[in-house]
This record gives sequence, C-alpha cells and structure tokens, in this order.
Amino acid sequence: MIRFEHVSKQYGRAKVLDDISFEIKEGEFAVLIGPSGCGKTTTLKTINRLIEPDAGQVWVNEQDIARQSPVALRRGIGYVIQQIGLFPNMTVAQNIAVVPKLLKYSRERCDQVVRELLAMVDMPYEENAHKYPAELSGGQQQRIGVLRALAASPPIVLMDEPFGALDPVTRDSLQEEIKGIQKKLKKTIVFVTHDMDEALRLADTVIFMDKGKILQMASPEEMLQHPASPIITAFMGKHIAQGGDRAPMVAEDFMKKRVLKAPKTSRTLEGIKLMSSQGVNSLVVVEEDGSYLGTVTVEDLRTSGKAGQTIEALVSDKVPTVHRKEDARLAFDSLQSTPDNFVVVLNDNRTVAGLITRTSMAKALGEAMWGELV
Amino acid sequence: MKFAEFVGKNHQILLDSLLRHIELVTISVLGGMLLAIPLGIWLTRHRRLAGPVLALAGTVQTIPGLVMLGFALILLGTGMLPAVVVLTLYAILPVLRNTYLGIVEVDRGYTEAARGIGMTDLQMLCSVELPIALPTIVSGIRLSTVYIVSWTTLAGMIGAGGLGDLIWTGLATYNKQYILAGAIPSALLALVLGGLISLLERRLVSAGVRRARV
Repeated sequence: MIRFEHVSKQYGRAKVLDDISFEIKEGEFAVLIGPSGCGKTTTLKTINRLIEPDAGQVWVNEQDIARQSPVALRRGIGYVIQQIGLFPNMTVAQNIAVVPKLLKYSRERCDQVVRELLAMVDMPYEENAHKYPAELSGGQQQRIGVLRALAASPPIVLMDEPFGALDPVTRDSLQEEIKGIQKKLKKTIVFVTHDMDEALRLADTVIFMDKGKILQMASPEEMLQHPASPIITAFMGKHIAQGGDRAPMVAEDFMKKRVLKAPKTSRTLEGIKLMSSQGVNSLVVVEEDGSYLGTVTVEDLRTSGKAGQTIEALVSDKVPTVHRKEDARLAFDSLQSTPDNFVVVLNDNRTVAGLITRTSMAKALGEAMWGELV
Repeated sequence: MKFAEFVGKNHQILLDSLLRHIELVTISVLGGMLLAIPLGIWLTRHRRLAGPVLALAGTVQTIPGLVMLGFALILLGTGMLPAVVVLTLYAILPVLRNTYLGIVEVDRGYTEAARGIGMTDLQMLCSVELPIALPTIVSGIRLSTVYIVSWTTLAGMIGAGGLGDLIWTGLATYNKQYILAGAIPSALLALVLGGLISLLERRLVSAGVRRARV
C-alpha cells in the first residue's frame, strides 16, 4: 500500500531521512515513533507530498507519488494534524464536508456523509453540526478532525500526533475510537507519536526511528520482547523494566499485606461480626504465637457455628499457602486452581505475610506492565 | 448670526459639500483597497519583498499631505482627479499592512491542514486564509477610512470640493461658522463611516472566527 524505497531528505547539513525503505500493508495500523527530530513527522509528510524527498521513491497503491499531482494525491489520503486544524471560520458540518466539497460531491451527499460520521462518534447531528470549533471541547474538536480525514473515504489516513494535546482520559477514549474505526472501516493508518503507551496500544506495526533511520520495525510484542537497540529499550523504559536483568518475581510481589486475622480462641459471633464489619467472607485464623492455622468462612460459622463456641473447630486448611519467596508462578497456579479465590502467603516462621487475591495479582501485573499505578 | 441660522441659510452648499466629501472618500478608499488587498495577498506569497514594499508604502505615508497635494496640483492640475490620486495613495498603507499581516498571522496549523487535505493555493486563500484574516483586514480599512475622511478636507485646497472648501473659506475670511460647518460634519462622517464598517464586519466575519478571538 505504502512503500518507501531508499528515501532521503536533507535540510542543509542535517540528514532528516537517511536512506529509509519500508512497506506498510493494506489495512495495517503503523505507528511511527522515536525521539524528537528522528524523522517520524518528515516520513509522514513525505507520504502526502507536504515534504518532497531529495532522493528515493515513495509508492502509494503501486504508483510513484512524485508523478501524481500533489493536490489529487492529498484528496485521496486523509490527514489529521496535531491540535488545531479545524478551520475556525467553518462549522462542524462544513469542516467535515470540506474534502467531499473539494471533490465536488453533491450537497445531499455531503450532508449524508456528515450525518453518518457524526453518528459514528455519538455526536448528534442536530446538536453539533452547526457549532463552530471554538464551541467544542478539545476532545470533540479532535474527533471532528478525525471525521474530516475520513469524510471522502480515503483508504489511507495519516495522523500526526493527533492526541498529543488532550488530557489522558479523553486521549484514552479517542485511541479506543480510532482503533475501532480502523478495524471497522479497514483503513490503512500511519500514525506519528512520541508516546510509547499510545504506540503499543494502537499499532499493528511499530516503526522506531532515530536520526533519520529506522532502528526497528516490528509488532508491539516483538519490540517489547526483543528491542533491537538500547535506544529503543530506553524509550520503552517502564514497559520492559521488569524483564531481563531484574530478579524474577516472587509470591510477595503480588500479595496484599492487609490481612484480617483472628486468634483461634475467638468466639463464633466475634468472627461473624469481624467479617461483616470488614465486608469479607473469610478469616485467617492463627495460633496464639501468630503462626498460621487455617481459614474459616462466614458461611461455615453461620451454618455450623454455635454461639459462645471458639472458631477453632471450624477452621479449614484447604486454602493453598505459599512461601513469600516462592516463584510467583506457583502462587499464580494455586490461585487458578483453588475455589477460595485467594492464596495465603507465609513468612519463614509460618506467620502470615499476606494474601494473594485476583485483585492484588491484577494490580501487581498492571504495575509491572505499565509502571506504578496511582 | 447663530450657527443654526447659518446652517439653515446655507444648507444647500453644506449638503453639496458633504456629498462631494463622501464621494471623494469613497472613491479613494475603494481605490486604495483595490490596490492594497491584491498587493498584500501577493506579498504573502513573496515574503522577501514584503519588507521593502511595506517600507516604501510607509515612506509615502510620512510625506505631508500638503506637499503631496502640491505636487499633484503641479502634475495633474486642479479638480477631483489629483485629490483622488493623492488620497488613494494615503489609503493604501493601512489596508496593505493589515492584509499582509492578517494573512501571515494565520496559524500554520490551518494552512498546513488546508494543504494536507488537498486544497489548491487559491482555495486555501479564499476558504481559509481570507476568512480568518478578515477582522484584521477590515480594521485596516476602517483605519484608512477614518484618516481619509479627515485628509479629504485638505483636498478643498486644490479645488476638489468637499467639506474642506467650507473650512478653507472660513479660514480665509476669519468666519468661525464656515469652519465649524466643515469640521463638525467631517468629524461625524468619520464616526458614522467607522460604525458602518464595524456593522459590515459583523455580517462578513464568520461567527466561528469571532468566537475564536474572544
């Protein structure tokens, strides 16, 4: 669909693109990423001839773009730029229909396109079509920016850091939307970003650039597992911080430390009260010296417990236990196989160190993958 | 003689002078716009020339009106023509400068988006650059108009007529009434024309651009 062959571009002495060659296939979501000044935006703008290369060829749909009129080429390629880009003098409807109008669609057809596209992003036509960009929120503006790029149904859409200026929540939802739209409409998208999260989230293929060269072109998984250069590793930072040279994760990395414990001499009613006040349905029972004995559930206490009796009689030892330094995978397997939804983590002296629950496991995994969660 | 009496007696002369004044102003400002707006647009496409051309226009502006009219009198004789030529020259600069700056200051994001989605240069000019630059261009026109209304009073000197005639007559004969009868309508005319242009601006400038500027 898009093919670069030995493309170079120089500004004065600086080589912005240094003999790059690659191919993006039809329907692929390709993300160009790299440190600022790496050539990612130049690469993008070469595709719609906003920038002309000094050497090499760019092919779009098996046609050398240097031989096409830039205006015709651009009308067949959607283009979304950073932040502004919506024309302030035009309404939402006029902005969306600008390319169809250039292509001389009839008025009815333009209107239909506007209605269909607004419906796709859940922005009602009546409410939004006649507003001006200045009346929309940043997220809505960029949504319209995306719709404008899609209006003439181009097979290819170029996006230059489109969500860079948005707040994280809006960015999240727009990323989701664009990914959905791409899958639904089967577009080929070339997307520039400097945000690795965004790249990993959206890309089928990540193209990592530095100093005008492509350092690696691979799927997000491949790039995470086998970064081809220390620069990429540094750039991915937190995403692979847990891999490779760090010690393997052990059970204690996944546990939560706050555990509801009760001595085995507690009375039935005390146990029930404790659990209901904390909103849990099982209790870790310990010996007088604090070492682990077993667990009781609120159900057992309610059905078989007698008032005044100690809970010791009802303690079960079926809940799996792991040592805190044990391989996390073992704890994970235990958690998967137990019906009790948790695993007890023990210290050297068999006192209780913590619990691994599905929630604590998910939280720890999340942190491992995306860094410390707030 | 009271001023009101004077006006009542001479109302035909006053009206004729006022109409001639409006005529001179309109022709000069329209002529200035016709020259300045295309030139300003052209300069945005040839920015290297913008500095020298704007400097030249600025220099013309610094030549005293009296001197310019004197030259025009020598070269073109008396009447409306030399006055219109000189006033048009004066009308150019504010419109030229504001047209150029208005378009140059259109955010690059807009022009890049326009180019990127496949607009030709002319389409970009008409549907993006000019609408966004319009408030700046119109304020240049307003400035020109207000200046020209006042400078047109000088044109009376070389027989072009207008409210200047009354003022010069008053000055020559120490007649306060004549001076006032020329000066007051001239001041009011400046205010009214300025107001009319503002009204026109409201109709022409897209609501979206007005909102974006607030």
